Amino acid sequence: MATFNEVGPGKPVTESSRVDKLTPRSRFSHGMRAIIVIVIAIVILIPIFVMVNTAFKTRPEVVSVPPKVIYTPTLEGFVLLLTERAIASPATLEQLKAAAAEGELGLFDRIALESGQEITGPSQYVTRLRNSVIIAGLSTIASVVLAVFAGYAFSRYQVKGKNDLLFFILSTRFLPAVVVTVPLFLMYTQLELHDTHIGMILLYTVFNLSLAVWLMKGFFDEIPTEYEEAALVDGYSRLQAFFRIVLPQAATGVAATAVFCLIFAWNEYAFALMLTSEVARTAPPSIPTMLGRGGIEWTAIAAGSLGFLIPVVIVVFLLRNYLLRGVTFGAVRK
Amino acid sequence: MSNLQLQNVTKEFPGVTALKDVTFDVQDGEFFVLLGPTGAGKTTTLRVIAGLTKQDEGSILLDDEPVDEFPPAERDVALVFQQYSLYPTMSVYDNLAFPLRSPMRNLPEDEIKTKVEDTAEILRIGHLIDRKTAHLSGGEMQRVSIGRAIVRDPRIFLMDEPLSNLDFKLREALRVELQHLQKTQGSTTLFVTHDQIEALTMADRIAVLNRGQIIQIGTPEDIYDRPATTFVAQLVGTPRINLMKSQRENSTLQIEKSDLHLPMPPDCGVPEEILLGIRPEDIDIEPGGNFSGQVALTEPLGVETVVHVRSGEQTLVSLIPGLVNYRKGDNVKFNIHSERLHCFELDGNRVQED
Amino acid sequence: MATIKLQQVEKKFGDFQAVKPMDLTIQDGEFVVLLGPSGCGKTTTLRMISGLETVTTGTIMLGDRNVTWLHPSERDVAFVFQFYALYPHISARENISFPLRAQGESKDVINQRVQEVAALLRIEHLLNQRPGNLSGGDQQRVALARALVRRPEAFLMDEPLGALDADFRETMRAEIKQLHIDQNATTVYVTHDQIEAMAMGDRIVVMSEAVVQQAGSPHEVYYDPANLFVARFIGSPGMNLVSSVYSQGVVSIPGTENRYSVPDGWQTPINETLEGEGQIVLGFRPEAAQLKTDGPLSGEVYASELQGAFSVLHVNVNTDDIVHIRSDRQIDYPIGTTLRFDIDPQMVRFFDPGTEAGIKREVSQ
Repeated sequence: MATFNEVGPGKPVTESSRVDKLTPRSRFSHGMRAIIVIVIAIVILIPIFVMVNTAFKTRPEVVSVPPKVIYTPTLEGFVLLLTERAIASPATLEQLKAAAAEGELGLFDRIALESGQEITGPSQYVTRLRNSVIIAGLSTIASVVLAVFAGYAFSRYQVKGKNDLLFFILSTRFLPAVVVTVPLFLMYTQLELHDTHIGMILLYTVFNLSLAVWLMKGFFDEIPTEYEEAALVDGYSRLQAFFRIVLPQAATGVAATAVFCLIFAWNEYAFALMLTSEVARTAPPSIPTMLGRGGIEWTAIAAGSLGFLIPVVIVVFLLRNYLLRGVTFGAVRK
Repeated sequence: MSNLQLQNVTKEFPGVTALKDVTFDVQDGEFFVLLGPTGAGKTTTLRVIAGLTKQDEGSILLDDEPVDEFPPAERDVALVFQQYSLYPTMSVYDNLAFPLRSPMRNLPEDEIKTKVEDTAEILRIGHLIDRKTAHLSGGEMQRVSIGRAIVRDPRIFLMDEPLSNLDFKLREALRVELQHLQKTQGSTTLFVTHDQIEALTMADRIAVLNRGQIIQIGTPEDIYDRPATTFVAQLVGTPRINLMKSQRENSTLQIEKSDLHLPMPPDCGVPEEILLGIRPEDIDIEPGGNFSGQVALTEPLGVETVVHVRSGEQTLVSLIPGLVNYRKGDNVKFNIHSERLHCFELDGNRVQED
Repeated sequence: MATIKLQQVEKKFGDFQAVKPMDLTIQDGEFVVLLGPSGCGKTTTLRMISGLETVTTGTIMLGDRNVTWLHPSERDVAFVFQFYALYPHISARENISFPLRAQGESKDVINQRVQEVAALLRIEHLLNQRPGNLSGGDQQRVALARALVRRPEAFLMDEPLGALDADFRETMRAEIKQLHIDQNATTVYVTHDQIEAMAMGDRIVVMSEAVVQQAGSPHEVYYDPANLFVARFIGSPGMNLVSSVYSQGVVSIPGTENRYSVPDGWQTPINETLEGEGQIVLGFRPEAAQLKTDGPLSGEVYASELQGAFSVLHVNVNTDDIVHIRSDRQIDYPIGTTLRFDIDPQMVRFFDPGTEAGIKREVSQ
């Protein structure tokens, strides 16, 4: 069993950490602060709550006043979102009904059937979600890989004009995206990168790289050089030492950087709207296009937003510990 | 094991000369200590030898062959750092095996296993072999670091203050172990420290380094008994040596601002004015002493007591055996071992004996 | 100045007990050192006295005031930190006068008091410097001046020499002790360095694992350690402690020929503690061992260390126990040499391995 000697605070504490017994008065203000925080949290969460509910309501339920709090969840919105449908001819209708009775019909087909429709194929939303995954995923990988090497070099080597270079890299972030979209649009059209996956991947990679390099440099700075030097003396080359010693220790940094890049690329709207149309269009600009077409498809929009949110939520949840460290990194450095 | 030679090694960093014309050699099987204060250039010396820093001038020879052009991996030296050198993502076993798995050696796994287990045995860390290094105490970590150096049987061990981050009791214990290990294995070791006790206790020979230059090379006895400069005299020995300006008066030596007249020590001949050094243990407080003074302060350390004795405006620090308790202002008599006095020129160099 | 009284003071951090209920009275003008390894609760104790940490239970009296629940600023104690805690953006003079200005003293009084303490600590020439330009020793002098200037009821010092070079440490150690003798201020001093504790303390409170192991004068903790922990912790190297077996007036080290006859005055208490015979720990300080060709104990040299004025021999008395013997520095023994030695009967000690407590010798025969 480890004694306190081994695990306890090894360094003397030099700052005050007075933990007062709470007087009734400070206990009250403590409570007040907690209530305020909870209220703010609720206000912020309301839209998400409404969105989730809307996704599972039927169209009439969505627009009913007062809003329905208790309802039977339905996947109608998701069917609208994910499929192309047509009004079924009476003959097909009969067929489908028969199939449904025998339990041979899929869930979505059954829901479509309730409003007399048949599913003719997947909707564009599916393609766009897939585009989002491809573009965001690949650009994230590319940015992180490049940033790992660039950050390591900036951290360890005497690069000429290092500070200027670092500032230049960061300065690419100063311009708002909207300002550069038009020139980019013209350039991409000329280069035939408009509406291509590779074009979007390149764009997001370049855009993410500045932040990623800075983050990775910070993480590498925190790893003492003694580790690599020990490996050098032990008989390893610089590159081997990097992969076997440094990179495993920078894993948290890599994960945090990846999440930051992924979130940007996943959520990006302005570039995607201007630079893609059919082939490479990602999910964010496509969701609003569901407005129209004979009324606003609120349930489909909500379902689309929800579907769009879920992948990021999962990734962030899996990496939440790294992310927290990523957010707070630098705060405790000298 | 091998011998090591440094020939006129010079290294400059922007704005500072880290090493200036450093020349020394470490014999096969010798425990050689580089002693000096922070910033003396000790660590730079080690890094130059390991190949982690390239010297500007001069040459490093291992077994009489220059290795200046070799990268660190090919020099086959082992380096033990002050801290941070264990790989936190690996177990103790993998840390020990790491140098053996390098492309330079690439031993088969069963041979690695034998070597790692033997090393763990020697250092008594066998029970820790499967632990992650993050879960070790400071002493255990440093044992593993030493193990990682031993395991591959290098030409020379370079140790950069490996004990200085440990607490005192542990340092004491590891110091003895390290010395025993080195003597029984006969390994060539270059050990860097700022702690004079570590240097005196472990070294076969010591090189005292200050501001990038070697001040004195010698056995611990040489360094302690015949320090070449006042810097060396003050660096070794605790409490610190008493150092006072003194004038020659006929055949006696008068310590400035005090009532102390000493018989002229034989080897302090020439100059009129010198810096006189008296080690605290060479001042004995005894009833029949030739000199007298008042106690200014006593510091009982346990096995011995430090007594600050005032004479005139000078305060002499004396170290006497046992625990004694004088009160401030007590009058005491004392003797000074005149055959163990140290005489320095006013510029700090030892008066040459002829 | 005032007496400090801790009554059943305890500190818990969640489930972790940092200080188990302890009683301690520090006399007016006394210099008490809290000594122990890191994490033993010494700093927490000091911080509770200062009010930087609240107590979980218990009472702290300062003079005849109960200060247990007072804010640090209301306790009238001065705290000296290991890392000086000087304000970097203002001069030494302003640093020193800071506590007086907080009390709203007049300019004249402030100037006069600052001059006084600056003279006392010999830092008059540094008063207009910023802390960043001062050496570690001078920074700590300024920090001490800042503590002194207020004339507080007590000084609390948390390893004030810990961040200094060995060089400065020796000098500052003597200076602080000198200061104490001159000012006679009640002082509680925390350190992990037993040499510092021995050199400075009127009384040493040795702590380990949140418990006071022994409180006594340097002489007491050095010669009569209350238990194995204190014996090991005090001294450099610490007391030699050899697991042995006692039977009929003789202590023998298992697996060897080593026998040591228990000196007069010890037999009765040992018999009482062990109820006849059994396991015992033989303890003696390195300087208590004398090399003798006909000594009753023997062992092989494991290592030998020149320590300046003397040498320390590390001798294997059986496979597990290495004892340290202080010897004349002229003698050099190669590893493996067999040595014989005796122990000064006045300086031998015995411990009960079960309770780890020291066995007390019969008082005066």
